[in-house]
Amino acid sequence: MYNLPVIRVNALRKVYGSRVLALDGVDLHVREGEIFGVLGQSGAGKSTLLRCVNLLERPTSGTVQVGGRDLTALPEGELRRQRQRIGMIHQHFALLSSRTVADNIAFPLEIAGMSRAQRRARVAELLDLVGLADKAGARPAQLSGGQKQRVGIARALAARPKVLLSDEATSALDPATTQSILALLRRLNAELGLTILLITHEMQVIKSVCDSAATLREGRVVEAGGVYDLIATPGSLLTRELFPLPDPPPAGSLTLTLPIGRADEPIVSSLVRTYGVDVDIIGGTVEDLRGRSAGRLRVRIGGERAAEALESLRGRGVLVEAA
Amino acid sequence: MNLSELPSVLWQGTVETAQMVVWSALLTALLGLPIGVLLVVTDRGGLRPLPMIKAMLGAVVNVGRSLPFIVLMVAILPFTRLVTGTTIGTVAAIVPLTLGAVPFYARLVETALRGVGREVVEAAQAMGARRLTIVVKVLLPEAVPQLVAGLTVTVVALIGYSAMAGAIGGGGLGDLAVRYGYQRFDTGVMVVTVVLLVIIVQLVQFLGDAVARKLSHQ
Ligand SMILES: Nc1ncnc2c1ncn2[C@@H]1O[C@H](COP(=O)(O)OP(=O)(O)O)[C@@H](O)[C@H]1O
Ligand SMILES: [Mg+2]
Repeated sequence: MYNLPVIRVNALRKVYGSRVLALDGVDLHVREGEIFGVLGQSGAGKSTLLRCVNLLERPTSGTVQVGGRDLTALPEGELRRQRQRIGMIHQHFALLSSRTVADNIAFPLEIAGMSRAQRRARVAELLDLVGLADKAGARPAQLSGGQKQRVGIARALAARPKVLLSDEATSALDPATTQSILALLRRLNAELGLTILLITHEMQVIKSVCDSAATLREGRVVEAGGVYDLIATPGSLLTRELFPLPDPPPAGSLTLTLPIGRADEPIVSSLVRTYGVDVDIIGGTVEDLRGRSAGRLRVRIGGERAAEALESLRGRGVLVEAA
Repeated sequence: MNLSELPSVLWQGTVETAQMVVWSALLTALLGLPIGVLLVVTDRGGLRPLPMIKAMLGAVVNVGRSLPFIVLMVAILPFTRLVTGTTIGTVAAIVPLTLGAVPFYARLVETALRGVGREVVEAAQAMGARRLTIVVKVLLPEAVPQLVAGLTVTVVALIGYSAMAGAIGGGGLGDLAVRYGYQRFDTGVMVVTVVLLVIIVQLVQFLGDAVARKLSHQ
């Protein structure tokens, strides 16, 4: 299902002024049709990275390819044309308060030089797509946050881009609205084959929509890969963030990462039954990751047949690590 | 003055003041708007940073704003004669009024445009909009209520300036107040004139506020 990278960021560096090193050699490959999340704390460089992808921010060095074209090498006019093929949504929606919902959505089409009649037809389609057909004549100030972001999404998709960039698009929304916007993004991804690169500091976003994720720390990618793959990877930072366990771990405790899709199996009770071991559960989290359960437990296992029990866990695909 | 003459004298003064203010306000809007746009666009972090242009324009605007109107008016008399062929009368007064108000309004335009959110401008850039498109379709429309509010303040200031211009031969209500009130000690006429000016200012402010409110979609 996944093809070549549509977004390819190579050795990207961005220095603000002469001292602030916002990005320090970032490589990122986003494959066609996937939802790729960049996670990181405030100040990690997420926004800078995203803004470098459509060159709102010009990188100090490195290259950015979108759809096989190196944007950093393009003259201004050509860059503008390429930007028309890259949609973007924003944390505070960035709608024009002076325009109606329909005219906001039509704006990128005006920029692309589309005729009025064509614009009207396309806007009607987009309003349906995001479920706002009854709000065509409303002003942004009359909409809720979730509705504003739907307008933002419709506008971003107006010129039929293959790629959508999202800068904390749900950070200003309440949890229920966040879920509905994430569901919409997931649907657009599936129906239109839209590739989405999003940045976020919310684990919820990674859990519910991302196929792949990268963790950014002080301007560097410290971990990247498929979300399910990362969970099966020993020592993964993402796993630790997704399934927080009590800190610090007691001496001698183990961390069990349950195989994706099988976190609801009665693993512990079957261990106790089969091997007669004592299992202290210190903590645990089970999460739903795009419809598949995944979880992590912190346990202490005692008894004569503890080693055997661990071996059987490994045999069943459980990742066993010293906590 | 004969009391029966009063209404027609006041009427004439009001018409002259209106002529001065309306024409100079129109010219001010026409000239102040592009200068304000340039101040924002050429600034550091603007759409087209041009530090030299910005510095020069900023300096000219500051000089214009710091000059007391009365000094400006006298200083540019030769220029006024060049443009209008005379230095007295309502038409001649429009020249210094406009020159005095343009820097004032340009700064207000600058402030209004800076109030437009950065995210909105970036969104347009991300859509591949040209700079001119961003100015015409984003910055100016988004700032309309503030631009109208700024123009209202400018018109009120122009009414004040026009009274000063009137005093040195421009006609209008200010001229009336000085001629009758100050030179002939006719306090009655002066008071009536001042009341009239106050009413006009209130009216302008009320109208400006109403229009700005109507155009705001916040
Ligand atoms: N325009 C700018 N000028 C100077 N420093 C900036 C600018 N934008 C971001 N930075 C700095 O770059 C670093 C990364 O910022 P940012 O990309 O916004 O992080 P994040 O989105 O992860 O919070 C921070 O230290 C921030 O202060
Ligand atoms: Mg940010």
